[in-house]
Amino acid sequence: MSAVITPNAIDEVFEKLKRTGETALIPFLTMGDPDLETSVALVQAAEEAGAHMIELGVPYSDPLADGPVIQRASERALRSRISLTDCIEVASKARSRGVKMPFIIFTYYNPALQLGLERFFGLLKENGFSGAIIPDLPMEEDEEPRRLAERAGIHLIPLVAPTSEARVERIASRATGFVYCVSSLGVTGVRTTFHEGIDSFLAAVRKASRVPICVGFGISSREQAERFSGVCDGVIVGSAIVRKVEETLPQLESAEASEKEAGIAAVRNFIAGLKPQRTV
Amino acid sequence: MSQQVVPDLHGRFGPFGGKYVPETLMNALIELEEAYNRYKDDPDFLAEIRYLLKQYSGRPTPLYYAERLTRHVGGAKIYLKREDLNHTGAHKINNAIGQAVLAKRMGKTKVIAETGAGQHGVASATVAALLGLECKVFMGEEDTIRQQLNVFRMKLLGAEVVPVMSGTRTLKDACNETLRYWVSNVNDTYYILGSATGPHPYPMMVRDFQRVIGLETRDQILEAEGRLPDAIIAAVGGGSNAIGMFHPFVGDESVRLIGVEAAGRGVDTEFHAATMTKGRPGVFQGSMSYVLQDEGGQVLPAHSISAGLDYPGIGPEHSYLKDIKRAQYVPITDLEALEALKLLSRTEGIIPALESAHAVAQALKTGRTMKPDEILIINLSGRGDKDVESIMKYEAEGGPHA
Repeated sequence: MSAVITPNAIDEVFEKLKRTGETALIPFLTMGDPDLETSVALVQAAEEAGAHMIELGVPYSDPLADGPVIQRASERALRSRISLTDCIEVASKARSRGVKMPFIIFTYYNPALQLGLERFFGLLKENGFSGAIIPDLPMEEDEEPRRLAERAGIHLIPLVAPTSEARVERIASRATGFVYCVSSLGVTGVRTTFHEGIDSFLAAVRKASRVPICVGFGISSREQAERFSGVCDGVIVGSAIVRKVEETLPQLESAEASEKEAGIAAVRNFIAGLKPQRTV
Repeated sequence: MSQQVVPDLHGRFGPFGGKYVPETLMNALIELEEAYNRYKDDPDFLAEIRYLLKQYSGRPTPLYYAERLTRHVGGAKIYLKREDLNHTGAHKINNAIGQAVLAKRMGKTKVIAETGAGQHGVASATVAALLGLECKVFMGEEDTIRQQLNVFRMKLLGAEVVPVMSGTRTLKDACNETLRYWVSNVNDTYYILGSATGPHPYPMMVRDFQRVIGLETRDQILEAEGRLPDAIIAAVGGGSNAIGMFHPFVGDESVRLIGVEAAGRGVDTEFHAATMTKGRPGVFQGSMSYVLQDEGGQVLPAHSISAGLDYPGIGPEHSYLKDIKRAQYVPITDLEALEALKLLSRTEGIIPALESAHAVAQALKTGRTMKPDEILIINLSGRGDKDVESIMKYEAEGGPHA
């Protein structure tokens, strides 16, 4: 193995945003909803809309951490038997169309385990990924995947929750890439309120972490994104965008090129509208 | 065989088990583990459970010599462990009592539970009523139709039944939905998990609360026959009745342990729940164990005439017992189970639950190959009243291929 350490693209993006005082916008898209070709186009659209990095969500039969919106998207994608490797390939296709932003895979553990962990992280590296989020892999179980991720130069991004309490310190202090802060108890999905102790929770994560901290689960509007932009380094928006894709399905699935283009433009505009204004 | 103590501190049964859940639940599981470790040897806690098992559920349940069935099979001497005679009609109450008493000690006022056939839901609703706890039961929509009577029973007992509309609309997705609800309400809610599955400490805790089945059986067979049995047969969905029965015998190598899984319409069709026969290890609903899954690791829908066995996973300790070859796991089809149900009804006047009928069906096969001085015990985990209506419908629709 080469001893040359190439800098991870996620780190570089956060370095740059730190200088400009911006908060990262990190959209999530379920791959293969409605099909892989559209996913590539939507990833491209997300970058055009101003996303700084993107989570590519792998559809799974039993998405425990997800609410109804992402459950439905997963069911739609699984109807055409979208696999983990299909999702990984979306990244290299998007890259070959000129997409520059870092890619993060979001997958439940079992598909990665069945592919073989070594192969999984190897494929991530080959296809231009910089990070991986595995929502059902707590630190107690992550020894082997963490070692393999590190060897492949992939950040294994951990989640912390308001209920993590004493675990915050242990999780955040050894995180690489960024720490994914879960804004509220419960599953992913659009909500109007966040966990009541959210600010002190984020402050605790910030104190323990050597890397940037980002907030997700339930952020669905620019106002909400801005509410967090002062206290974190990035906001993750998932269900709201996936719901927008769902609403736009008739256009995205249209055989008419112009219709399809209009659908992609609608999602692009929606993502652009989420971008928090620069904090001064 | 060198007997390893399982699970280890990380909830591992060899390579199986563990805690694969979203971070939001981790502290709740740690809190549960600590509470269970604090109380599991506490004399007051154990006395309360013992009292309820005896005075409320009617334990010990009999170990009944099934003379007419024995004669019919013409092989081993067959005994039935009558878990069907428990209050609420199945072994599920053993665990529900244990966990509800624990929930109360932990200061929780609300309990939630998942259910497939409805037996665990009924057991949870029952103990919740008894101990004054608020109770919500998640049940796949398809199961609420198959088991309408149990839905009504739960409501009578004051529980709220939440039909689960996601995914397969059966037990698998009822489990998902219960976990999702727990993630959102983890501060005041206790999750009474009904099978020997899920993240640590559940598989260990459920086993411990169900061990009473095997412990009683051991004493009873020693009293009746002066020796241990040669074989024990139990049905496995998630595997709670089987692990409770098997565990006290795991160290006795002369006792064959046979778990029976649902082969549905046959293990070579798409419609079965034969996790051990057709699955492979993976992570599903919080633990590493055998799972019915496709090439890419997507969990496959299961099928069985019995709602309680209609599950694509299995408890991690069973996977461990299979891999160390201490227990064997065999499939029984819908049709074989139905035939066995009818046979036991006619020979002994006992209508078993469809789940337990799978164990009876295997006992017909195994018992036949055994000698008259050999002893076989069937864990009759539940009674069949709940299934009568669905069997009627099944027969009216023309049997297994309708």
